[in-house]
Amino acid sequence: MNWVWFHRFGSPPYFYRFAGRWAPWFMGIAVVLLAVGLYGGLVVAPADYFQSDAFRIIYVHVPSAYLSLMTYTWMALAAAIGLIWRIKICHAIAAACAPAGASFTAVSLATGMIWGQPTWGTYWAWDPRIVSQLFVLFFFLGYIALRGAIEDRDRADRASAVLAIVGVINVPIVHFSVDWWRSLHQGPTLMRADGPSMPMSMAWPLLVMIGAYTFYFVAIMLMRARAEVLRRERGGAWLREELARAGAAA
Amino acid sequence: MSAARRSALQAASSVMQRDLLLAFRRPGEWLQPLAFFALVTTLFPLAMDPEAALLRQLAPAALWVTLLLTSLLALDFLYREDGRDGTLEQYAVSGQSFTALLLAKTVTHWLLTGLPLVLAGPLAAMSLGAPPSAMPGVFFALLLGSISLSLIGSIGAGLTLGLRRGGALLSLLVLPLVMPVLVFGARATALAIAGDEASGALYLLAAMGVLALTLAPLAAAAAVRISLE
Amino acid sequence: MDARLEVLNLHLWRGDRHLLRGVHFALEPGDALQLLWPNGAGKTSLLRCIAGFLHAEEGTIRWRGVPVDADRDAFHWDMAYLGHETAMKADLTAMENLRFACALRHGPDDAALRIALQTVGLAQLDPQQPARSLSAGQRRRLALARLSLWGARLWLLDEPASNLDAAGQAVLATLLREHLAAGGMAILATHASLAVDAGRWQTWGSPAEKAA
Repeated sequence: MNWVWFHRFGSPPYFYRFAGRWAPWFMGIAVVLLAVGLYGGLVVAPADYFQSDAFRIIYVHVPSAYLSLMTYTWMALAAAIGLIWRIKICHAIAAACAPAGASFTAVSLATGMIWGQPTWGTYWAWDPRIVSQLFVLFFFLGYIALRGAIEDRDRADRASAVLAIVGVINVPIVHFSVDWWRSLHQGPTLMRADGPSMPMSMAWPLLVMIGAYTFYFVAIMLMRARAEVLRRERGGAWLREELARAGAAA
Repeated sequence: MSAARRSALQAASSVMQRDLLLAFRRPGEWLQPLAFFALVTTLFPLAMDPEAALLRQLAPAALWVTLLLTSLLALDFLYREDGRDGTLEQYAVSGQSFTALLLAKTVTHWLLTGLPLVLAGPLAAMSLGAPPSAMPGVFFALLLGSISLSLIGSIGAGLTLGLRRGGALLSLLVLPLVMPVLVFGARATALAIAGDEASGALYLLAAMGVLALTLAPLAAAAAVRISLE
Repeated sequence: MDARLEVLNLHLWRGDRHLLRGVHFALEPGDALQLLWPNGAGKTSLLRCIAGFLHAEEGTIRWRGVPVDADRDAFHWDMAYLGHETAMKADLTAMENLRFACALRHGPDDAALRIALQTVGLAQLDPQQPARSLSAGQRRRLALARLSLWGARLWLLDEPASNLDAAGQAVLATLLREHLAAGGMAILATHASLAVDAGRWQTWGSPAEKAA
């Protein structure tokens, strides 16, 4: 691994400039992919045999759920690196992931409920996927709450990092236990439209949407982390130069 | 001073002795969780039609939710006093393994707050209509579950050490982490009450307990160290 | 390797504040360093950094030539930290408190405990009396007794004279004198100078005085 790159990335000025440069690109790609994916999912893909057009919500629901887990893992990874190697920028990145991740989770829950109405006849069902997502939301909320409750910023960084790592170990256990729990009790069968048994004409917009969400998340994360760096490095001389330069260029 | 250096085990056992001695000098604090457990268990039948079959069906859920809430209550004072008067600080720089000393505290805390619940649990279950034949299953489920709860909860207690309104935050942090224990514990209890084979769920509970015993003390020590900064 | 503390070019930030800027010094057996800094200048932070509670962003701390990070437990074994809180349990008696404190390190020896209590002027206490009924000054003397019992080479003392009356401060001075004469080292954070004629006593008036 290129350690030079790693260390450069860990320096706030470098990250600030990097994020400022690349975030718009990621956002742009996200918008393009979103347009393509939505067109493919809402217009091009054929209607489902059983659910007709109601199934189309998976194009918003599945990427959200997928991203919520990916965000949590990414947050825990950044937190772990920040904790072990004491790289403060990683804590800023982890802090930036949390609100985005919580939002993705909330969207996946909400779209899951909206989907439930036409398909099961009820907004809420104790389905394993929904319950797992609910707990991922609790993990995110706990992380955000812990950060908010600790005044000292370094202690907040490190405590929430421990929490994120403990949580990420728990995510598969939560998933497994909820699956096991639900399989024992009768109930509506799980929506299986997002498995590989989907025909390609339905699947490709889904993959595009997942890509769109991913790029969107990276863009948002970079922007938030950049703002976090701004907040933390208020007094830094490099920042004053940077802003002066940006002001002169404008 | 010229005596031999104490081993980690000796130091840990002296921490246990000290905590037990302190508990006997102030029994009120340690009896509260048990009283809370008994009280809340009696609330369930009062809040519903106490028809025997219904109660028996509710028993696993009632028992385990009560156990969870009581454990959270008890976890609040796992590290609180020692954090406040500087004892944890001294443990951190004593030269002994901090993880071992904290684990000794957690074990003692469990003996004082968790074990009474494990012993009272079967009685509570019977009061909710469980047959006496279910008692061994209920007992083992509670035993394995409450050990996991204490271990995982010690992480939350470490993270929220010294914070105002730390109790509410502790619940928010710990409950999602211990949900699997609830699922399998309640399942094992339900199977035992129904007279079915509960060993599968008990083994899973035991596995979770082993995982907790391996990883939780490390995380708790890291969490407390961070709180001592 | 002989007992020696080296603090090399230490930089510490607390939040946004650059608290310690290049703190740099060495202590040999018999040395005492008094940090007579104003409030908020970072004397507690420096002590806690050396003790291992805080992590310095830059710089190294070496004990016996080995960086402290390499083996924290070995360093802690040679060190005793006395912070703002005395870590004495209100529900235990003085003897019990000391006994448990010693049980962490070298094992309690009741005769030595009694001698230590005598040294700090607490020998006349009722043995059944819980520490709750002791005054703040008496509890601090108890903490000093623990310090002398542990026999650590390096003492890190944060406001050791707080709550101590004149007799108590004399006890502290005696303990320090004996400790330094026996080849020990001490760093004290105080806001009022302790007049102790012992060892090689240095006083820093401000953090900048001995920067790298």
